[in-house]
Amino acid sequence: MSKFKKDGGKGMPAISTASLPDIVFMLLFFFMVTTVMRETTLFVSIQTPKATEIKKLEKKSLVSYIYIGSPVKRMQASYGTASRIQLNDAFANVGEIQEFIATEREAKDEKEVPYMTTSIKADETVKMGIITDVKQELRKANALKINYSTIKGEY
Amino acid sequence: MASKRRGLPEINAGSMADIAFLLLIFFLVTTTMDIDTGIARKLPPMPDEDQPEDDSQINARNIYVVLINSSNQLLVEGELMDISQLKEGAKKFIDNNGVRENLSENPEKAIISLQNDRGTSYKMYIRVQNELAAAYNELRNNSALNMFGERYIDLNKTEKKEIRTMYPQKISEAEPKNIGGNS
Repeated sequence: MSKFKKDGGKGMPAISTASLPDIVFMLLFFFMVTTVMRETTLFVSIQTPKATEIKKLEKKSLVSYIYIGSPVKRMQASYGTASRIQLNDAFANVGEIQEFIATEREAKDEKEVPYMTTSIKADETVKMGIITDVKQELRKANALKINYSTIKGEY
Repeated sequence: MASKRRGLPEINAGSMADIAFLLLIFFLVTTTMDIDTGIARKLPPMPDEDQPEDDSQINARNIYVVLINSSNQLLVEGELMDISQLKEGAKKFIDNNGVRENLSENPEKAIISLQNDRGTSYKMYIRVQNELAAAYNELRNNSALNMFGERYIDLNKTEKKEIRTMYPQKISEAEPKNIGGNS
């Protein structure tokens, strides 16, 4: 304690702000590392339904996303308003899902394949017909782990 | 070189913090910390073509049939039901333990069969899935409290497994077909 009391009473010396940039940089790097930039631009508008019994999706690198919804405003002129499937950065047909799953699998390690999950992000107004088709395709592709993307909330 | 250098004043690093702050704020604003959540389900594998499926051996009382039609109405065990009653209905069915004639023999044998129409809205489907999951979760939680005095999520792995074998979540979705007709 004596160390601190040595020059007490002389008045407080100005606190050095020289390390302030370092602290801020540390924070900056933290946010830079944790930030996940959206890889895909959504062409379909999606408002996922609410649910209470939800689970967190773990291991984001092993999740492939299938987006289903009606095209966003600026795309409606060329694609209409009927519900469509989006894989990666383009609209797709139901038949392209198997191929999509295959390419997703190729990119991953063989050991990780059984843990891969397919997240279905669908708008709540979508009809089940299209979802059923997607599910059938996933079954054919043997991608059986799925997750219906929802947000937490009560009805 | 050295003589020239001496004349240069040191660059003021005082504004470094401001620049870093600016970047920091940019990343703070753009960061989306949203964790993806959802209802996890496992699809059944495609049935073998040369092996016809026979589900006749399952006693009819052990199947709880939930149908959703294209106008989002529920038909549960042949009766129209409101979604708000589904959870209680499912719980009664699963936890019947052979008491009532038409409900399940025990939770291990209980199967919920869910069928929807192509015209059913996704929102309704998720609501039904959610209610059924809620029924199972509540039953698991209750038995966890009875057996271990803790909530299900606080149990360790082996205890969880024990509860899960008592209340296996069997939600079967039939091969898709058109029940509502008009779609």
